[in-house]
Amino acid sequence: MAEKRIYELIFIVDPDVADDEVMKLSEGVQKIITGQGGSITKTEMMGKRQMAYEINHKKNGTYVLLEVEGSGAEIAEVERRMRVNDQILRYMTIRVDEARRRADKLKDRRARKAAKQPGSGKAKKAVVDFGSDEELAS
Amino acid sequence: MSSNYEDRDLGFEQYDRTMPRGPRRMQRRKICRFCIEKVDLIDFKDVKLLQSYVPERGKILPRRISGVCAAHQRMLAEAIKRARNIALLPYAAD
Repeated sequence: MAEKRIYELIFIVDPDVADDEVMKLSEGVQKIITGQGGSITKTEMMGKRQMAYEINHKKNGTYVLLEVEGSGAEIAEVERRMRVNDQILRYMTIRVDEARRRADKLKDRRARKAAKQPGSGKAKKAVVDFGSDEELAS
Repeated sequence: MSSNYEDRDLGFEQYDRTMPRGPRRMQRRKICRFCIEKVDLIDFKDVKLLQSYVPERGKILPRRISGVCAAHQRMLAEAIKRARNIALLPYAAD
């Protein structure tokens, strides 16, 4: 628990709730998180959009995205509050730090591979462009 | 009985791998688009991208059709399922 985790917290607010109310709701969530020792690294109002299926007989929803850094305790608290709030149609929290680390590692490996054999790296690329079967097998 | 099934399996495999009959089956093999673009992470919020791998019915496009490599198909499937959860993509459509 020593290391900080990064989460993406996305939730859908009832479309009948006014924009400034949504703002207030989002601020309330952020306050809970900071109160629990977490921090907000990004907020994004994705706005009102049509949902792919109805939730609580509503066709639209206002999407709000937060990026949270913390231990995980604040996520539990926020989710508990969201569950009882009927203005929030749905919420989802995803841990992203591990996936991002993995992506960085892949990028790193690719960079090192390219640096090690600049000639063959190019040749390989050409193979990809032609779309031969050897490249698929490797 | 069981040998009967084995025979059939073998026959099918042979047919599938070595006998692309007709001009339609002779298509060039597809290459993973994500590998070419060097994508390391597929975001569930990228609805436009995900939609191209979810045909009308709402099901995830199999990689034998799309040509996506195994690693990227896993990422793609995960992203599509997350998008479904948050109503960005349908679970089923008709």
